[in-house]
Amino acid sequence: MLQRIRERISPTDVVMWLIGGGLMFMVVWGSIATLIKGTYTTRHWIDFVIFGLAQGSVYALIATGYTMVYGVLRMINFAHGEVFMSGPYTAYFVAAYFYRNDFLEAQPILCLGVIFLVSMAVSVTIAFFLERIAYRPLRGAPRLIPLITAIGASFFLQYLFRGLYGSSFQAYPDIPMLEGHWVIAGIRILKFQAVVIVAAVMLMFALYSFVMKSRIGKAIRSVSEDKEASALMGIDVDKMISMTFVVGGAAAGAAGVLYAIMFKQVHFFMGFIPGIKAFTAAVLGGIGNIPGAMLGGIFLGLVESVGPSLFLDGLGIVAPYQLKDAIAFTMLVMVLIFRPTGFLGERLAVKKA
Amino acid sequence: MAMLEVEGIHTYYGLIHALKDVSVNVEEGEVVTIIGANGAGKSTMLKTTSGLLKPRKGSIRLNDEELTQLRPHKIVEKGVVQVPEGRRIFGTLTVMENLDMGAFICTNSQKNKKNLNRVLELFPRLKERSKQVAGTLSGGEQQMLAMGRALMTNPKVLLLDEPSMGLAPVLVDDIFATIRQLHDAGTTILLVEQNARLALQVASRGYVLQSGSVVLSDTAENLEKNEMVREAYLGE
Repeated sequence: MLQRIRERISPTDVVMWLIGGGLMFMVVWGSIATLIKGTYTTRHWIDFVIFGLAQGSVYALIATGYTMVYGVLRMINFAHGEVFMSGPYTAYFVAAYFYRNDFLEAQPILCLGVIFLVSMAVSVTIAFFLERIAYRPLRGAPRLIPLITAIGASFFLQYLFRGLYGSSFQAYPDIPMLEGHWVIAGIRILKFQAVVIVAAVMLMFALYSFVMKSRIGKAIRSVSEDKEASALMGIDVDKMISMTFVVGGAAAGAAGVLYAIMFKQVHFFMGFIPGIKAFTAAVLGGIGNIPGAMLGGIFLGLVESVGPSLFLDGLGIVAPYQLKDAIAFTMLVMVLIFRPTGFLGERLAVKKA
Repeated sequence: MAMLEVEGIHTYYGLIHALKDVSVNVEEGEVVTIIGANGAGKSTMLKTTSGLLKPRKGSIRLNDEELTQLRPHKIVEKGVVQVPEGRRIFGTLTVMENLDMGAFICTNSQKNKKNLNRVLELFPRLKERSKQVAGTLSGGEQQMLAMGRALMTNPKVLLLDEPSMGLAPVLVDDIFATIRQLHDAGTTILLVEQNARLALQVASRGYVLQSGSVVLSDTAENLEKNEMVREAYLGE
């Protein structure tokens, strides 16, 4: 009996379980200690949660792009963070123009609409040409090659935008309509955060219904499952792959404006960290699975926002918020070790790659 | 002039010369079968016809219209639709969504509804299961779905690749009864099959493929009597 157990469990497993167990213990212990210490009041926690939801829903929107492209091409589009950056960075100039001419105060909804459209249009264009120029010629090449190309394209786009718009941070203009806060059911919520959450949820809903219900969406799902069979049904596979990039680009462009509304600045490097975080979110949720990516994004946003104070403050760590990225990526590593398919992921063994 | 004319095609897999000067004709309303052992090139022949593989030489024509250089979805638009080997239904989509994908090239909803009704009449089982995820269907039902999906555009020529593969004998009979039904309704069919006995029963003519070449072509009756065919493919 004991021997059989010993044969089945390798020393690596034991080490992994020890690390996992240790981390779990730290999290639980840290949380209890923080709650006993009582540095934070309920209102703080509510603020953390709302901020986490806002940030997480932006991650979720970006993550859908990673996951859909993975679905159709089985590759990680590492330039997706730059697709996300290109939109709001370009739309910044529109926003600044509106601000200088006081349109932003007079017609805030119209202006926001235009900013969104410009941002989405730019991101869609970049995503479309990225696939056409950088990825399509490599279809059928070994999987490592498009991956390296994606990293190259990512740098190319970063420095293209640096060259075009300069290397400084640009401050997104304040939108007067989104200043201040509302009180909903006794909870104080910053207006811009509420708007970001609502807009992101609406966009996710629209994207999900598009993929599930529309003719193009169904064809994208068919192509994800079996390209050859899709072609035999008369589906133009290349066109559907382009459409996937277009849909993902639109989501990223919209997410970019929401991000700019939240953090009030744009920069040529702004896509890198959210891009990696959204990729993490897509893996957390199960890469290839759209609801999974959304769930993963919101979960990651929440943990990043609530986690540092909850897990680390009680352990006596000073300025725990600086460690939010460490928490996010530790979570990625843990998920890859203990549940490589993510929350909602399909079993990779069944799927033919 | 035959409806579908495959003339002298040579197809390669990398360095492997998979099809050597293969010519096959299918007349309108006819069921023609290609029989041959595993690896003889039967599926390669259908994949080349559907445009998934490009022949290095030779030509493929439908009613004298050149298909050879067209991409697969364009060939479907011309009216040549394949039911691939191993069914290849979209397992995560529902039965109805699978059928919708079969009609992807046609946006005329009236026409689609008519074709859908025809397919559901042919396979009433699919109607009962229309909301079910296709991956949960039984093997026989999946084959029905694969055929129904291909019939959604009312193709001029239907290419069937090993429809009996992996099915229980009872279900094989069902599938062949359906092929007969389709033939009676006037569908032109090119059938690739390892089960030569059944194939020769539904077909009017047949080709025997051996390591990439057509070694014999005759009416189904004569092929059934042929010494070589009987020995090699009918197991007598």
